[in-house]
Amino acid sequence: MSQADTTIAAGEDMTPLGEPAPGPRAVRPAWVLGLFRSELLTVFRRARTLALLGVLAGVPVLVGIAIRIETRNGGSVAGNDGGGPAFLEQVSNNGLFLAFASLAATLPFFLPMSIGVVAGDSIAGEAATGTLRYLLVAPAGRVRLLLAKYASVLAFCVAATLTVVLSAVIVGFSLFPVGSVTLLSGNSVSLTDGILRGLLIALLVASSLVGLAALGLFISTLTDSGISAMAATVGLLITVQIVNNIPQLHAIQPYLFPHYWLSFADVMRAPVIWSGVLKNLALQAVYAAAFGSAAWARFTTRDITA
Amino acid sequence: MALIQPAQPEQPQAGGPEEARRRRKALRYAVPAAVVGVTAATVGLVPALADSGDPSLPSLTAEQLLTKIAASDTQTVDGTVKITTDLGLPSALSGTTASGLFGGAAAPPSLGSPDASRAEPQRQLVQLLVGSHTLHVAADGPDRQKISIIQPAAEYSLIHDGTQLWAYDSSSNEAYHATLPQEQQHKAQPRQLPQDFPATPQAAAQQILKAADGKSAITTDGTARVAGHSAYVLEVRPEYAQDSTIGAFRIAVDAKTGVPLKFTLEPKGGGKAIVDIAYTRVSFAKPAASTFHFTPGKGVKVTEGKATQEPNGPRAGAGIGRPAFVGSGWDTVAVFSTKGALPSGTLPFDGKDGRPGKAGKPGAEAKNDPAQLGAILGGFGKQVTGSFGTGTLFHTRLVNVLLTQDGTVYAGAVDESALTSAASTAH
Repeated sequence: MSQADTTIAAGEDMTPLGEPAPGPRAVRPAWVLGLFRSELLTVFRRARTLALLGVLAGVPVLVGIAIRIETRNGGSVAGNDGGGPAFLEQVSNNGLFLAFASLAATLPFFLPMSIGVVAGDSIAGEAATGTLRYLLVAPAGRVRLLLAKYASVLAFCVAATLTVVLSAVIVGFSLFPVGSVTLLSGNSVSLTDGILRGLLIALLVASSLVGLAALGLFISTLTDSGISAMAATVGLLITVQIVNNIPQLHAIQPYLFPHYWLSFADVMRAPVIWSGVLKNLALQAVYAAAFGSAAWARFTTRDITA
Repeated sequence: MALIQPAQPEQPQAGGPEEARRRRKALRYAVPAAVVGVTAATVGLVPALADSGDPSLPSLTAEQLLTKIAASDTQTVDGTVKITTDLGLPSALSGTTASGLFGGAAAPPSLGSPDASRAEPQRQLVQLLVGSHTLHVAADGPDRQKISIIQPAAEYSLIHDGTQLWAYDSSSNEAYHATLPQEQQHKAQPRQLPQDFPATPQAAAQQILKAADGKSAITTDGTARVAGHSAYVLEVRPEYAQDSTIGAFRIAVDAKTGVPLKFTLEPKGGGKAIVDIAYTRVSFAKPAASTFHFTPGKGVKVTEGKATQEPNGPRAGAGIGRPAFVGSGWDTVAVFSTKGALPSGTLPFDGKDGRPGKAGKPGAEAKNDPAQLGAILGGFGKQVTGSFGTGTLFHTRLVNVLLTQDGTVYAGAVDESALTSAASTAH
């Protein structure tokens, strides 16, 4: 037996007798990464996850082809009334805008719904299949398991956003001309500047989903049924989005997590208006802290029966 | 089946392990509650703490303050303006639709004629009459200005650069272009684009101070902080105006530069300000030259506008006679003879003498069926009778409009009884 094995064995088994069982032991980075890696694989190996990403990748393809057909004869996209998702009008002149239009089109429902499915499934899905016990038998500790679960959901947020952006960029660049970018304020910037703004927007959209991910994780700790956790998270998302669009309820809207989601468009102005973006990030941080700690309070004190 | 219970690192408390567990559980749930509590406290307290009261400034008389405004030579500005207009108009006219639900850009209300380009200034600026709007304002001398109406995921920009006037509407990707004649360019007031509605506190203050001359009591009203700047407050109260709906104008003037930073129009009856135009962020540094540079990108649909000496001249006046005026000062009532061509738009207020804009009738050129239109308008207004016969009276918090049987329109910033009596006298 090698020296390293002995050390691990000592760390795991040779607790002095007579003392109460130690809590989660000192964090070793490799261990956390290992747990995170295995959670990440669990998420991304699922056929369900891949199907969600496939649907998200399909949205820009659909939008791009529709605009291409619509503007074949040099027509306007939205029938001259300026309706439809933001940035749609600009797509036929610059393929880069397909990325922004696709994000604007998927951000209200598609994107958060996929996050809701993955986050809702994270703990409750393990409980439903009876594997949560085995995860807890491993000496990782509940806090670390919860953190690894949350980190893997966040990784899915980034992956889902990048899927939309990459698919949109590929479709946009192959179907439409690409050149200097006209900002919302009418100023033109170079394509490089436009791509950098696009990357920032992708980052902002991914971080817009942080609050919902924490909410889904909390709901997931409440129940032992994966399906009901997913349904509750997605149902809550739809309810909140509807409340967010009823003008009479404007007093509570600034506190709803999707309220500043479309603030990412402010990056496309000159000068950039940061107030909405900062409000969005602050709101997401508050939701993540509140529901993350609620998930911790629930998960570390509940009895695991499945 | 054995339960897997959470690890219990703490020593069992007195009262048994069961109670200790419950206590620990409650303690853990206190964490999210504390997060929510701290957030609520921050949201509630920070604005209260930031509002550190009115600044103390050396006192100035109204005369000195007016001189300060007149002497102000600040030619450059870069800031954000918030305009809130509460005329008491039906909210259906405002652009608060549920389009945000599908990630859409807000479609502003279209009161103009449907054929006109979406980028046309008259069509777009009407939206400022209803609700709350954020504008980005930049100016560099009298020749170069830019005003952008910030909309969700869209923007409408008016760019004036020398003799070039561009307007760009990002939601429809359309542009409007006009060339201004040379002499008008010299006549143009600083920071004032050809439009009816004052979009900046400076423009509003300028119009009111011109109109107030000799007909108003002008006093100072303490100090205020606007957008981080210390400011004096000037109060303009209409005089010799029993019938006017206007209570007072309040103008906050930057103590350092003499630039008006905030403008409010309060109704006589009290309550919320009818018009509130204020900087929320302002800097007097020179904006970047690229701000005023506009070249329509590929695929932008450009509509060429006709440059006219009077920005809202012949087009807007079509179908409506030149107005006659009844009464004097703030109590003036404007009389239009429509001869069947009824105005379908809202009456823009240009601040001049407290009258509605002389010729700014957006949508006056729309060829609507008068009878049908009358029926629609009748739903908003109320029926009144007098020696003029019967008429429909439209009430807003600022302007009242009376539309009589024979197609004459009486409009003014006066109360309803003054308007009907003016119509009766005129008849």
